Amino acid sequence: LNEEPHGRGLIHPTDQAELTEAELNEEFTRILTANNPHAPQNIARYSFKERSFKPIIVDQMAVHFVLESNLLHKDSDEARRLMATPVEDGGEAEEAGEEDRPDSVASKADKKELKVTNQFNFSERASQTLNNPLRERYCQTEPPLRSNFSATANQWEIYDAYQEELQKQEKNKEKQKAAPSKKDEEKNKNMHKLSCFSQSDDISKVGKAAKILERMVSQNTYDDIAQDFKYFEDASDDFRGQKGTLLPLWKFRYDKAKGLSVTALCWNKKYQDLFAVGMGSYDFLKQGQGMLIVYSLKNPAFPEYVYSTASGVLCLDIHKQRSYLVAIGFYDGSVAVYNLKEKGQEPVYKSTPKTGQHTDPVWQVRWQDDDIDNYHNFYSVSSDGRVVSWTLFKHELVFTDIITLPLHGAISEKPQCLQCCFLYTACGTSLDFHKQTDFLFLVGTEEGKIHKCSKLYSTKYLETYCAHSLSIYAVKWNHFHPEVFISCSSDWTIVVWDHLINTPMLIFDLKDPVADVAWSPYSSTVFAAVTTDGTVHVFDLSVNKYEPICQQPVVPKKKTKLTHIEFNPIYPIVIVGDDRGFVTSLKLSPNLRKKPKRKPTVNTACDISFKIDM
Amino acid sequence: MAGTGEGKKEEADYKRLHSFPLIRHTDMPEEMRVETMELCVTACEKFATNNESAAKMIKESMDKKFGSSWHVVIGEGFGFEVTHEVKNLLYMFFGGSLAVCVWKCS
Repeated sequence: LNEEPHGRGLIHPTDQAELTEAELNEEFTRILTANNPHAPQNIARYSFKERSFKPIIVDQMAVHFVLESNLLHKDSDEARRLMATPVEDGGEAEEAGEEDRPDSVASKADKKELKVTNQFNFSERASQTLNNPLRERYCQTEPPLRSNFSATANQWEIYDAYQEELQKQEKNKEKQKAAPSKKDEEKNKNMHKLSCFSQSDDISKVGKAAKILERMVSQNTYDDIAQDFKYFEDASDDFRGQKGTLLPLWKFRYDKAKGLSVTALCWNKKYQDLFAVGMGSYDFLKQGQGMLIVYSLKNPAFPEYVYSTASGVLCLDIHKQRSYLVAIGFYDGSVAVYNLKEKGQEPVYKSTPKTGQHTDPVWQVRWQDDDIDNYHNFYSVSSDGRVVSWTLFKHELVFTDIITLPLHGAISEKPQCLQCCFLYTACGTSLDFHKQTDFLFLVGTEEGKIHKCSKLYSTKYLETYCAHSLSIYAVKWNHFHPEVFISCSSDWTIVVWDHLINTPMLIFDLKDPVADVAWSPYSSTVFAAVTTDGTVHVFDLSVNKYEPICQQPVVPKKKTKLTHIEFNPIYPIVIVGDDRGFVTSLKLSPNLRKKPKRKPTVNTACDISFKIDM
Repeated sequence: MAGTGEGKKEEADYKRLHSFPLIRHTDMPEEMRVETMELCVTACEKFATNNESAAKMIKESMDKKFGSSWHVVIGEGFGFEVTHEVKNLLYMFFGGSLAVCVWKCS
């Protein structure tokens, strides 16, 4: 009732249009569509990416009204999913649909039973324990070693490999057949040797090339010395009158022979650049091992051949025709022959105490011409007073006593007993054979006497020369004059003899023990000597009969003693050895190598001018 | 005819002679070498017509026996350059026409 007047008394806005009943009842139809009238439909923008205009599609749908539903059809997937998930909260469960109710009540009851705790007597406690500290450890190992390998496999390579292997096998079979009778041990040894041989064979293949290369290198290194050796002539000789000088050339030493002194020198007659050096010791308190070294002038850096010996070497000689044979006398009284052609360190022949070797050091060995049966043979002299001839048979060294040196020239005073025999023998220290007369030879002794002996008389001296008062170090026949020989001794003198006269022809006092003397191979009047003070003396009797024409110290230290000297048979050089193991080569200046002027009346090579002067 | 007969005989001879295993290069220790060689021979004889299977067999056996990362190449003609762990390489010929290279590299 109250509403009617209220409704009638509606307050209208002042600007409201006054409409008639008919106008008010007029119907206007409005249709809402899903199309958004404000959304543009045909926008195009330029795309720089694709370099063209692209239509842009704008959402055309307009939303007029949204109402989210909370009802689900129970057969729908979502409803089923919701029903399957357990309901967590009571409140939520109540809000779920009415149809779910009976199920959800049951599930709720189960849940509650589990969750119920005593609300009045319940407390939660938690504690955190200490965590164990963590530690890191590292370790890096070396990676396993790797290497590369490459090869190519194809049919011909495989075939070749098999063929090679088969050939090798066949060879092995043949070798085994060759030595079937030998015992297993020896076979093994052979196999071992074979393998060794093949190994060394590999090295020896490059050995020759390496040797050539070594010589080339040393030729380059020692080029200035080689030039001096060949071409240098000391021009100052013209101003010195008749005196001359010695020019040091190569110096030879071998590290492994340190501490040994040079005890013997000998040139090879066939290869003039080759010479042999015997190493040992003259100090009888310091005897040790020895060495045989063969050097070539072409390679001063390293020897061509090296042989170590158990006892010190005291003398050596190279065979004149067969220049690979080297005879050696040792301090322990034995003699040996080395063959440079053979491989290995052992001598091809060696005397044993059973086969009559000397009981004292062997001081000189000399090769002889082959005997009637073409056996090589050599002589040796030792301080036990025997001169022995050694013959090289196939496998052994056979000795023959040539002479036992009696102390007093006359053998008539015979010793009463065998022991006394030794007391009555002289100690031989040097030996030389007459150049022309085959059977004649000289023996120098420790007593200072020189005995002229013959191979034919085993107990008798042909002559005895007493000139020296101390031990004789060397006796040498002149190369040209058949009657002249020279001797040197530790009593400071060199004596020149005529073997037909038993008094000295010339005596030179050098004021120091004379270790060695050598006639020159080019002139009968020239000889050289070395003294223990390290000086080389060169004499030319046709120039000066009283003084040396050259007197030159050749070793750096005064303490060093020179021990030996040898003239090269062809070249104008000498080699001198000292007691520290060095061998020095020296070139003779023109004044020292004057050849005698040949007078037309004298048709022999010997120069006997000095003899006539006597 | 005689010539061809001889030729055949020679070929047979050659086949017979060249059938043994021939180690071309190896740095293995003695025991390992012998074992590997025997394994290769067994595999190549078992799979005479299938190199792949043979290689597989060798590789798997080697992996089991000497630890993993073995590689095997079998063929009648091939070239190779490999990096291998030292003391773990074997290169051999077998049967007159096969080359076998076995190496380890992990």
